[in-house]
Amino acid sequence: MAMEVTQILLNAQSVDGSIRKHAEESLKQFQEQNLPAFLLSLSSELANNEKPVDSRKLAGLILKNALDAKEQHRKNELVQRWLALDIGVKAQIKAYLLQTLSSPVPDARSTASQVIAKIAGIELPQKQWPELIGSLLSNIHQLQPHVKQATLETLGYFCEEVSPQVVDQDQVNKILTAVVQGMNASEGSTDVRLAATRALYNALGFAQANFSNDMERDYIMRVVCEATLSPVVKIRQAAFECLVAISSTYYEKLASYMQDIFNITAKAVREDEEPVALQAIEFWSSICDEEIDILDEYGGDFTADSDIPCFYFIKQALPALVPMLLETLLKQEEDQDQDEGAWNLAMAGGTCLGLVARTVGDDVVPLVMPFIEENITKPDWRQREAATYAFGSILEGPSPDKLTRIVNVALNFMLSALMKDPNNHVKDTTAWTLGRIFEFLHGSTMETPIITKENCQQILTVLLQSMKDVPNVAEKACGALYFLAQGFEDVGSASPLSPYCQEIIQALLAVTHREDAGESRLRTAAYETLNEVVRCSTDETAPIVMQLVPVIMMELHQTLEAQKLSSDEREKQSELQGLLCGCLQVIIQKLGASETTKYAFLQYADQIMDLFLRVFACRNATVHEEAMLAIGALAYATGANFVKYMQGFYPYLEMGLQNFEEYQVCAITVGVVGDLCRALEDKILPFCDGIMTQLLKDLSSNQLHRSVKPPIFSCFGDIALAIGENFEKYLIYAMPMLQSAAELSAHAAAADDEMLEYTNQLRNGILEAYSGILQGFKNSPKTQLLLPYAPHVLQFLDTLYNEKDMDDTVMKTAIGVLGDLADTLGSHAGPLINRSVSSKDFLEECLSSDDHLIKESADWAKLAISRAIAG
Amino acid sequence: MAPHDLRRPFKRPAISDQQRRRELALLRQAQQRSDSHNRARQLASSLLSLPAADQPPSSPEPILEDQPIQIEPASPEPEPEPPEAAPTRDLNVVQASKLRGLEARRWFARQLMLPEWMIDVPPYLDRDWYVFARPAGMRCFVVSSNGTTVSRLRNGSVLHQFPSLLPSGARRKDLSGPAHSYCILDCIFHEPDQTYYVIDMVCWRGYSLYDCTAEFRFFWLNSKLAETGACGPPAAYHKYRFSVIPIYDCDQMGLQAAYAGVVPHVKDGLLFYNKHAHYQTGNTPLALVWKDEFSSQYFLDTDGTGQVPAQQQVVLELQDDGKLTTSDDPPVVFGCMDGEFLQKSNLRPGNLLRFAIGDESARLHDGRLEILDLQFVAKVNPRSRAFADSYSKVFFQYAARHSPLRIEDLIASIQPNLGDNSKTTDVDMDD
Repeated sequence: MAMEVTQILLNAQSVDGSIRKHAEESLKQFQEQNLPAFLLSLSSELANNEKPVDSRKLAGLILKNALDAKEQHRKNELVQRWLALDIGVKAQIKAYLLQTLSSPVPDARSTASQVIAKIAGIELPQKQWPELIGSLLSNIHQLQPHVKQATLETLGYFCEEVSPQVVDQDQVNKILTAVVQGMNASEGSTDVRLAATRALYNALGFAQANFSNDMERDYIMRVVCEATLSPVVKIRQAAFECLVAISSTYYEKLASYMQDIFNITAKAVREDEEPVALQAIEFWSSICDEEIDILDEYGGDFTADSDIPCFYFIKQALPALVPMLLETLLKQEEDQDQDEGAWNLAMAGGTCLGLVARTVGDDVVPLVMPFIEENITKPDWRQREAATYAFGSILEGPSPDKLTRIVNVALNFMLSALMKDPNNHVKDTTAWTLGRIFEFLHGSTMETPIITKENCQQILTVLLQSMKDVPNVAEKACGALYFLAQGFEDVGSASPLSPYCQEIIQALLAVTHREDAGESRLRTAAYETLNEVVRCSTDETAPIVMQLVPVIMMELHQTLEAQKLSSDEREKQSELQGLLCGCLQVIIQKLGASETTKYAFLQYADQIMDLFLRVFACRNATVHEEAMLAIGALAYATGANFVKYMQGFYPYLEMGLQNFEEYQVCAITVGVVGDLCRALEDKILPFCDGIMTQLLKDLSSNQLHRSVKPPIFSCFGDIALAIGENFEKYLIYAMPMLQSAAELSAHAAAADDEMLEYTNQLRNGILEAYSGILQGFKNSPKTQLLLPYAPHVLQFLDTLYNEKDMDDTVMKTAIGVLGDLADTLGSHAGPLINRSVSSKDFLEECLSSDDHLIKESADWAKLAISRAIAG
Repeated sequence: MAPHDLRRPFKRPAISDQQRRRELALLRQAQQRSDSHNRARQLASSLLSLPAADQPPSSPEPILEDQPIQIEPASPEPEPEPPEAAPTRDLNVVQASKLRGLEARRWFARQLMLPEWMIDVPPYLDRDWYVFARPAGMRCFVVSSNGTTVSRLRNGSVLHQFPSLLPSGARRKDLSGPAHSYCILDCIFHEPDQTYYVIDMVCWRGYSLYDCTAEFRFFWLNSKLAETGACGPPAAYHKYRFSVIPIYDCDQMGLQAAYAGVVPHVKDGLLFYNKHAHYQTGNTPLALVWKDEFSSQYFLDTDGTGQVPAQQQVVLELQDDGKLTTSDDPPVVFGCMDGEFLQKSNLRPGNLLRFAIGDESARLHDGRLEILDLQFVAKVNPRSRAFADSYSKVFFQYAARHSPLRIEDLIASIQPNLGDNSKTTDVDMDD
């Protein structure tokens, strides 16, 4: 058997497709027939130094994949499957794995490290494998460097997989001691030192207690800083990565080290190799992130009870930090603007400068202006580009007061550079900078507008001309136009863009038709800008937008006619369809929002719907999502008349609701069901059996992404509100689901903010469902059908009130439900509400809320309750 | 470690437009869901949509150049389709701008709840009614939306346009709510102190209050205006002031307070609102106006020049068949024009005509007012008013000249409360 496995594993990596396929099937069969034997033979293969390295590596990889998966539900299955295995088998596998750490073959050791960490991630929370850390630490004292290296690597993976809560502080101390010792300059082996430094990166999350102790923190920091001076590049890089991680995890503990860290990073940025220098810049970007967050959260008002004070590290470092960053801007690469993935010193430095500007605001301006003035007219393109990039980087953060005067002077220069500069990089950055000017300094909230009727025409002329430039420049010009239009979004009918609307739209359409529009995402940018121009159009320009409808429809039609495409062409075609559907969605939403334009637009409804149905015939998730969104908007605009499309559309609606894999499509479709309910009202009734069946299936599925579940509950409410007492037959299915979800969500001890946010979304969905159902039955003779559920609803509200962790949205919906209950159940609700533990307090609290939406709901609930109790 | 994922897009758009489309769609759906819940709660049965921007009042002919008002009134019955009768509905937007302006004004005028004149004292005045002093001034709608506030007179023409602290009443980023977060207040503009006295609230932040009882509307009005600070002193950008009026239960104390209490404005009679009545557009007997010489300088109707004419005057509408009717629904016929006179005088159906009533030519018969002889005075400029007099007004004015309903009569009708615990009668409530 063992010999056979080796061959199968090698065959599974064969270049010959049929051999490979056969081997893969054998492996699958083996796994299905006898999982314990399968896993055992894989671990034995991995541990066996006699075997070829390729079969060992694959054995380890399959083992790892048998323990973990990306999808949460699959992952849970695998965890349960492992836990259910025979203890003896598991012990044997673990023994093989630990044994592998001593193997002379690096790949085998490394693979085993990862598998060990995966098993630890499963077993330690179950209080199993308690001896693991002890046996790993005993390896550290071995003399052979390769065992030490493998063990430290394992500890690193271990810290990545296992949550700090399940490891005792005593063991944490031992792990950290081993790791930090391994990093020490006295460690002779480079491999060991590198493994230890990388392990520390993951172990930092375990070091909370140690970082609170001055002595231990000093020691760790000293070792990390020393490692940044190692002669080995990889160690220096790993050490800076540790500093970056420390800057975000232990920001408040850094004050006494900042001077040293500044010196280390400055030296690295100026002298070290790029990967190291990039991490050194990243340290400062990360400090900016922290300070921006802190300042955002407290708005500059610090009190004794602020969690984390702002130390203003950036402000203090500013006079030295800014010149260092400005130097990096001159280290551009040729062609970096054509390369989507480019990331180099100049880009990292500019990004950091942008963050610095957001952190300190006005103070950055005088430090950057001399650099700009000195370089912006230099003959070397690098200097002109760096100056422009510096300018663009500091436009967000400083106050408009500080920037407006400068921008007014710079604007003309930028416009002329965009036309005349001979260098593409300079033009690219110039167009981007113009976009940043429009994004941050133009709009109805600005006291002194930088764009006037006078210079508007000039700006447009330049941007439209620039849209004919090479793709990367044209794409930035589109971006600038996007923000130019956005800034006029709420000026009303007198938009200075109105006279040029036709011209702008023509120019954007021309860009979408360029041969090279596929490069630098130019076509996408052109459509996005077109969308923004449509969103910001006014009554005055509505006729021009109306003319766009048949144009976009024709384009979509053409993509659907194209035949016999290669797979590459098909992909491009799908992308284009997505963009066109997106554009139609924006147009529908815009024209459908005003009564005047809606009726004129609806003449196209039949044809548009026809096109959308044909789009659904193509298999591409993005396109479906876009078409679905557009249909939601169309249903809203069409109202009850949408019923004539339902027969044709319904199959795709159901398909969307069944799309577990592409959960975004499913989520959007659920939203569209809501649109349909509001548009069709009781005319949606014939389709409700199918829709409800599908929604209930979705809720019961553990494959569906959890984010879709709250909107499904809300959708129950939409349906109930639309069909009223006809919801009766769904009550026996929907109500138990709502009840059990309510129980789960009421007590969900939210481990973190993300979980709490999700819990609140779920609560809101459940409450919206209750609200819709209660209001749907209002004035119906069948109201009494809801009576049995009322105590549970009230109990849910009580629990929510007592848990004290609901957000404002939930609070508003919850108090509304209390009102709905009283409103619909009338006098029956009175005694129930009187008996409920906290309704009264809840109502009082909402009545005195500062949030006007909560207060309004509460005022209404109060009225409804008083009527219920009186009547 | 790979370059920071968040850093890469610095020179790229921060957010993809697709994500933006998705978010905007979700936002729209959430808003509409909330609207439909509110509609179900009868908080927002409004189908109102306001024009994006009104002409500034500086326009030379503001009345004729008004923007079309695409507003469909909330109807008390659940009615998803806007009523076909909405006058602006089928008009071509491009043509007939004058007609549209007039139609729009007429429409606006129909949106106000118009109190009938009190010709006898309603029963249970103390239990079912509120009373407050009516400020002297122009009745108007104040609409805040899209960052501006516009007031419109009863005839629909724009009175002022100004920024206010009402929701959506000024361009202020920090207060910006959803674009449709408009408000409609029923006000009286009191010239001497440049103040809008808010007498009723029709819409608040997009919530329609049409189908709410006066009890609720007044409660809402007082609490919401206080919250927003809209009644604060006018800033440099906030030219006109808003103020609320003390509203009293119409018991003896309340009636005295409203009648004789000191208020910062000139009084023009008393207004009585039935507590249970919804905001009903047009003439309604559930809101009443009453005046005497003490409480109003307009006790007796004045003519176009502001003088009290020797004879009572009435404004009536000329119908197709020559009949002269009041603005009531159904209209009350007070007389008829003979065809020959009509042809000579160039009058058309729909015209509003002013008549004088001789002292001896009107009489009360079985509690109804009958007019025996109408003397034609003049055609009324359609821009100065949109409607004929109501029957109750003609009656009240007649009574005022002959046997007025006095404050003593009102007070006498209110019995001191002797522990009458009989159940209140709800009016127009769907309970």
